Amino acid sequence: MICESCQKKDATIHLTQVVDGNSKKLNLCQDCAQDNGIDLNSPISITDVLLGLGAHPPSVSPAATEFDLSCNHCQMTRTEFKKRTRLGCPECYNAFMGELSALTKAMHHSGQHIGKIPARQGNEARLVAQVAALQKDIETAIAKEQYEVAANLRDKIKALKSSLQLLEDGGSDDA
Amino acid sequence: MTLDDMVRRHGSWLEAGVNEGPVISSRVRLARNLEAACFPGWANEEEKEDVWEQATGIFQSMDASFIRWGMAETSALDKEILFERHLISQELATKNEGCGVFVSPDECLSIMVNEEDHFRIQSLQPGLNLKAAWKAADQIDDELESELTYAFSPKLGYLTSCPSNVGTGLRASVMLHLPGLVLMEEMDPVINGISKIGLAVRGMWGEGTEAAGNMFQVSNQITLGRHENEIIAHLEQIVLELIEHENNARERLMNDRALVIEDHVARAFGILSNARMMTSGEALNLLSILRLGLDLGMIDEFARREVDMLFIAIQPAHLQKLENKELEPDDRDVVRAEMLRNFMEIATEGEDLI
Repeated sequence: MICESCQKKDATIHLTQVVDGNSKKLNLCQDCAQDNGIDLNSPISITDVLLGLGAHPPSVSPAATEFDLSCNHCQMTRTEFKKRTRLGCPECYNAFMGELSALTKAMHHSGQHIGKIPARQGNEARLVAQVAALQKDIETAIAKEQYEVAANLRDKIKALKSSLQLLEDGGSDDA
Repeated sequence: MTLDDMVRRHGSWLEAGVNEGPVISSRVRLARNLEAACFPGWANEEEKEDVWEQATGIFQSMDASFIRWGMAETSALDKEILFERHLISQELATKNEGCGVFVSPDECLSIMVNEEDHFRIQSLQPGLNLKAAWKAADQIDDELESELTYAFSPKLGYLTSCPSNVGTGLRASVMLHLPGLVLMEEMDPVINGISKIGLAVRGMWGEGTEAAGNMFQVSNQITLGRHENEIIAHLEQIVLELIEHENNARERLMNDRALVIEDHVARAFGILSNARMMTSGEALNLLSILRLGLDLGMIDEFARREVDMLFIAIQPAHLQKLENKELEPDDRDVVRAEMLRNFMEIATEGEDLI
């Protein structure tokens, strides 16, 4: 396939752009792609799309920068995060919680981890995961009209939540 | 073992596997990060060197047979070889100080350090065997975690540099060869359907690569709110459905256009046996047709795994390593054609070609 821009070299970069529901294909050689500002090492990811950025960083007025939220631990600012679409450190998840919870919900249709828990993590993580898993089971039970099962599960969740509360009040378990 | 030895053989994940045919291999990768440390993209050189040193200590005592490549000491050509063998990502290949990879001698396990996340544990298995791939990655993860503390939140799970990996940090993928669906022009609706159920379809070498040689990688997109076993079972179920679609498409091709397919296969055979120059794109497409011919029983001169190995051996860096010198693209095309001619000659030795 020949590059659609220079019509000389072999096209090795194949882009698909969707505009108003119509997909448009563009085939370029490496040089023409670079000339057009396409960064081959960081393909546009779903994160970029969800943050509504594409390849271009947003223009920020000086006033907005002044009050830019930043992470206490690694000093990454919200503007910087939006530009890079990668976080600075694990603490950033707390610093930018507002944006991130909407973003993760849009990506994963969920806001609660229910998978593997590292052995070193305390009981809190395990209890939270158990509650989340039981909540899923309740939804399934209700969908199947097994209300007695659902009621049992609800009691279990109640018990787990109260032990979770005790843990949190004790403050011994640092998650 | 050096890369010179490596390019002359294939990774164990190219051995005969479960449910082979349309399926080449299964892969699982886990993204993990250290507590209270900046992610690699935001960390300074010193912090990255620290993580790399720590990783070196841990992995060398975990398994002395792991081979270690620091990106700073690895030549551009060798990085490319590791990339073509699916052992590192394109992103890691662009990095230097404090970044690298540990690889098991059978090439089924590779752990990238300081790529987008501190650790990317990758496990490859031949055929459709996501469970075995997950088990192997899970075990390395446990061993790694016994030595250091991960960034983890009860709510969001394993914390990753990109929010698209948060939760399990798990990306499971299956590499499939789907010439039947492509020839029947049914691949576009399949890709559309798959993307609607939270899975992604990519080319042979991952993000941003074209589906050359009718090779496709199907993987999960959702990493949060589902258990690892659930993610893997869902992907496996969809892959089994895809295999069925592919087999149906092949059956219809054989019913309606058997002669056309036979002609394609015979022409691919002829070109691969005789061409004097060949681009990698052309080679991948011809090898794909050859592989289809093998699956359909039209030819039986070679094993499918030999053909699968060629998909990697004809790549630019592999050719240059085998020739032991840098080659311009035009020269590579000549060397590639020669390699394929030799392969075809050995495979058909003693048989009358015409």
